[in-house]
Amino acid sequence: MRTGRITQCSIGIIVVLTAASLSFNKANKVTSDRSVSENAFLQVYKVFMSPRCMNCHPAGDVPLQGDDNHLHPQGVKRGADGKGVYALKCANCHQPQNTPGLDMPPGVPDWHLPPADMRMVFQGKTAHELALQIKDPKQNGGKSPQDLIEHMKTDLVKWAWEPGDGRNKPPMSYNEFYNQFKLWIDKGAVVPN
Amino acid sequence: MITLTVNDQSYTVDVEPTMPLLWVLRDVLHLTGTKYGCGMAQCGACTVHLNGEAVRSCVTTVARAVNQKVITIEGLSSNNTHPLQRAWAEEDVPQCGYCQSGQIMSAAVLLRENPNPTDQDIDDAMSGNICRCGTYQRIRKAIHRAASLQKEGGVQ
Repeated sequence: MRTGRITQCSIGIIVVLTAASLSFNKANKVTSDRSVSENAFLQVYKVFMSPRCMNCHPAGDVPLQGDDNHLHPQGVKRGADGKGVYALKCANCHQPQNTPGLDMPPGVPDWHLPPADMRMVFQGKTAHELALQIKDPKQNGGKSPQDLIEHMKTDLVKWAWEPGDGRNKPPMSYNEFYNQFKLWIDKGAVVPN
Repeated sequence: MITLTVNDQSYTVDVEPTMPLLWVLRDVLHLTGTKYGCGMAQCGACTVHLNGEAVRSCVTTVARAVNQKVITIEGLSSNNTHPLQRAWAEEDVPQCGYCQSGQIMSAAVLLRENPNPTDQDIDDAMSGNICRCGTYQRIRKAIHRAASLQKEGGVQ
C-alpha cells in the first residue's frame, strides 16, 4: 500500500518536472528564435544600407549614385512605375549588363526603382523602421514572407555583388546575405528594437 | 551577321555584337545625323529611338537592337515635317547644332507620351540632353510650339 503511494507520487513528480522542463525549453526556444531572427536582420541591414542597395531605395524621387550616395545627375526621376519618365527612362542608358569601364552605366535587365505607390525607402531608416517596412504588405507591394525571399533571388538584387568597375560591393557575400535574410524570415521576421 | 531595322529599312551588318549601336549607325550605315558626344550616356547627343524609347546609342550594344526597330533623326519623318522639326526651324533653335538631333529625338518621346507638356514636364524629359550653346529656352519654346502643331494634325 505504502509502496504504491510512493510510486504514484514519484510518477506525479516526474510528470510535473517533465512538463515544466518542456515548457521551459519551449520558452527558451522562442527567446532563442527571436534573438536569432533579430541578429539576422541586423546583419542584412548592413547590406541594405550599402550604396549598392540604398542608391535605388532613396528617400526622394531621384535615384542615388556612387559610393557617396549623390543624386543621379541629368534630372532623372522615379516615375509612376519606378522606371523613369519620358526620354529619361532607366533602360535608355542602363543596359541588360554592366557597360565596361569606370563611370559607365551599370545594368541588368529591368533596371528600376520601386514604383511611386510603393517607394520602399531604405535611406535614413533605422533597422527597426526598415524591418517594419519590409515585412508590412501594405508597404512592400503586398509581398508575403516567401515573396520577400524570392525578391532576394532576382538579378537586380544579385547585381549588387557584380556592380561593375569602380563600385564597392556590400559588406558580406551574396550567399551570406541570402541565408541571413531567410533566417530572419524563418525565425519570425522579428523587428529589432 | 546582325540584322536590324533602321528607319523602316532592314539591314544586315557584319559587326561584333558588342559594338555600340552608334558606331553601326554612323560608320557602317553612314547615318551621320546622330552624333557622338561623351560616349558614356551622359550628354544625349547620340539619342535614337529603339522600339520607340529614347536610348543612348553610344552605350547600347548593337546586340540589343537585333530584329528591333531603330529610328534615327533621318527617319523621324519622311520630309522633315515632324511637328518638332517644323517647330525647330520656326523657332530657329540650333546654334552650333551638334546636340540637336538628340534633343529632337528625346522631345519626340515626350510629345508622344504627353501631348500637352508643361515647362516642368519638358524639364523632366529634356534635362538629360546637354547643349553647350545653351539653347535651352528656345528648345522649350519649340517643344510648346510643336505640341500646338501636333494638335493641328501634324503628327507623323
